[in-house]
Amino acid sequence: MEQNIFQIIWFILWGVLWAVYFMLDGFDFGIGMLLPFAAKNETERRIMYNAVGPVWDGNEVWLVTAGGATFAAFPTTYAVMFSALYTPLLLILFALIFRGVTFEFRGKEDSPIWRTIWDVCLVLGSFLPSLLFGVAFANFFKGLPIDAQGIMHGNTLTLLNPYGLIGGALFVVMFIVHGAIWLTVKSNGELQKRAKKIAERFWILEIILVLVFLAVSGLTTDLWTNYVIHKWLLIIPAAALIAYFAIPAFLSRAAYWYAWFASSAAIVFTVAFGIAGLFPRLIPSSLNPAWSLTIYNSSSSPLTLKVMTVVAFIFVPLVIAYQIWTYKLFSDKIKPEFLKTDEAY
Amino acid sequence: MFDVVLLSRLQFAVATLFHFLFVPLTLGLSLLVAIYETLYVKTGDEDYKRAAKFWGKLFLINFAVGVVTGITLEFQFGTNWSRYSMYVGDIFGSLLAIEATLAFFLESTFIAVWHFGWNRLSPKLHAICIWLVAIAGNISALWILLANGWMQHPVGYVLRNNRAELESFWAVITNPFGWLEFFHTTAAAYVLAGFFVLGISAWHLIRKNEVTFFKKSFRVAAIWTLVFSIFLVINGDIHGSHVAHTQPTKLAAMESIWETQRGAPLYLLVIPDEANERNKIELLPIPKFLSFISYHDLNAEVKGLKEWPKEERPPVALTFWSFRAMIGLGLLFLFMSIWAFVKRLNPETDRKLLRILPWIIPLPYLGCELGWIVAEVGRQPWIVYGLMKTTEAVSPVAPVQVAISLIAFTLVYTFLGLIGFYLIFKFARRGPKAKETKVIEITSAEPITT
Repeated sequence: MEQNIFQIIWFILWGVLWAVYFMLDGFDFGIGMLLPFAAKNETERRIMYNAVGPVWDGNEVWLVTAGGATFAAFPTTYAVMFSALYTPLLLILFALIFRGVTFEFRGKEDSPIWRTIWDVCLVLGSFLPSLLFGVAFANFFKGLPIDAQGIMHGNTLTLLNPYGLIGGALFVVMFIVHGAIWLTVKSNGELQKRAKKIAERFWILEIILVLVFLAVSGLTTDLWTNYVIHKWLLIIPAAALIAYFAIPAFLSRAAYWYAWFASSAAIVFTVAFGIAGLFPRLIPSSLNPAWSLTIYNSSSSPLTLKVMTVVAFIFVPLVIAYQIWTYKLFSDKIKPEFLKTDEAY
Repeated sequence: MFDVVLLSRLQFAVATLFHFLFVPLTLGLSLLVAIYETLYVKTGDEDYKRAAKFWGKLFLINFAVGVVTGITLEFQFGTNWSRYSMYVGDIFGSLLAIEATLAFFLESTFIAVWHFGWNRLSPKLHAICIWLVAIAGNISALWILLANGWMQHPVGYVLRNNRAELESFWAVITNPFGWLEFFHTTAAAYVLAGFFVLGISAWHLIRKNEVTFFKKSFRVAAIWTLVFSIFLVINGDIHGSHVAHTQPTKLAAMESIWETQRGAPLYLLVIPDEANERNKIELLPIPKFLSFISYHDLNAEVKGLKEWPKEERPPVALTFWSFRAMIGLGLLFLFMSIWAFVKRLNPETDRKLLRILPWIIPLPYLGCELGWIVAEVGRQPWIVYGLMKTTEAVSPVAPVQVAISLIAFTLVYTFLGLIGFYLIFKFARRGPKAKETKVIEITSAEPITT
């Protein structure tokens, strides 16, 4: 199969789509995981639901698009990625199903038991995807035991190796911090104070996990190889670290929006670190490097990639533009009066 | 029992048929809500605003279940049909990706703006949001059906590197099969949404609840439903004839034709006997009518199932009965929509109509599901007609994994379906809120203090 520039463009877009997805749905997951800890009463719980109310659905579409782009640009990778991760992926999907309907269903019955059931769905529906996406991506970075036919030799437990679990823990904590900052941005008073404290405390855990992740990546994966060859790429992990350290700096100055931007950048650059380390592989084979799926042996035809590039370059900027408009439209804090309206969750 | 192909097919059937319980209402009701809200913006009639809110609420509950179950479908091609994904991802995958980029983003972003934006946007801008949602949903349907249309009638590809690669994007997006499916599916969806509104309105009208409000909803929906019921029947005929040309095995199964013949009659009463390759009963023939409706030519040759070896025929009884029932329902919808249209200005005077209409609500759902059974079961044993067999398409996964996930899907979806429909039912019965007396200002300019 011939090599072409579009394969590289789509590798980058593939990474960007996943990174943006984690950045956006990450704080939704964080809010979900924090629900039982940050909120002390029903009003505060509803503030948390409404803090992500107008955006979570649009955020989740980045997952659909990341999946679709993998399918379109690298069909073989798509096929191997999701059949090899059959059980974890379906767990993620079921979790997302329960999380998604929770937003719509929870307020539709006036009963504490009903609400508690959906609260549990939100917490699990946020925790499981965070953990499993982290485990999955760490395993992509490390390589999956796939043979020449793309058949996985191992099961779900194979994925729960130490490096995979570090990835899972990192994603969970990263999203908790991200969600806590979002809640700080969107709330007032006691709830805001609590959210800020959570963000600050979990940040310590986050930075430890990041450093462990970067170090263990050097020991058990070859993610750093690209960085050794192309030194300029070091800008990515450097940007990630700067962003991580900017988080507490902004939080302490009560510059919450900036703290959230820093946290967003931290997530994007952390994912980008792994993706850039993979290049030109999408999923390395841990059995034999020759069996790895790369942009050269798993991509679509040049024509498909060309068509997709045109579509992406026209519509993705448009999507970003109207999503930013949405964020601006709903950038104000959730006030208790809003909860009395029909629109509120 | 533990056969990956069978289990994966069952799982896909469960996931798709369930997802499609929510899709048609999304496609149709979004447009009706947009029409009601536009009427409000144009006339200032508060009842139309209440209509947009009332039907919009039912729409949102339905939409939530539709969205979450749609995501699993996209990923199932990877989890359960990875051989298929590798073989056709070049074409099929790109259509799904384009759908997400062009339409799904738009739909999901603006449904939230619409939901939360009543007091933040001008009435006009707010109405535009629901139009964007409605248009995006229908554009979504177009791309998905172009993808399905390609599985039914593959075009614009070349076999290279052991897979189907894209050769002409233009051919793929102008595939007549996909467009006919699109018009057929959306028309059916609009009919479903129309009967949904008519049925619920009738339920309230017979109880003399909010009579002026529901008469207004009824009138719009009656015109709408008649237009699309007629369109559905005409389009169904064109679509059927196209199937006859492109998928002769499906046509033969739909009509349960075993022997090839010219000037084939259509039997009104047929009972297929698949095991003995014949029909147990064939009664009430309309001479040459099958040739006519299939090829628009009284003497055209219609190929019988015996033309193909057994392993290349679709399951006959399921395809046949689903098709017959779908046609019967389509004609019933045409009849009911004419009746509702005639009474659109004073439906409250026809208690018989009002009593029947709520019972019609489930029937278009059934019709849509049957339509998909005809389309998908009738395509068997092919996953891509004439190109790839379903048996060659599954993932190399352990049967037990698929068995467990199939059980999980069934349980989760049953649970979701029960709650979803319970909530729709509950809020449909409750009716619209009383006219608003005060508008709560939430964009007040008070400074935010911490």
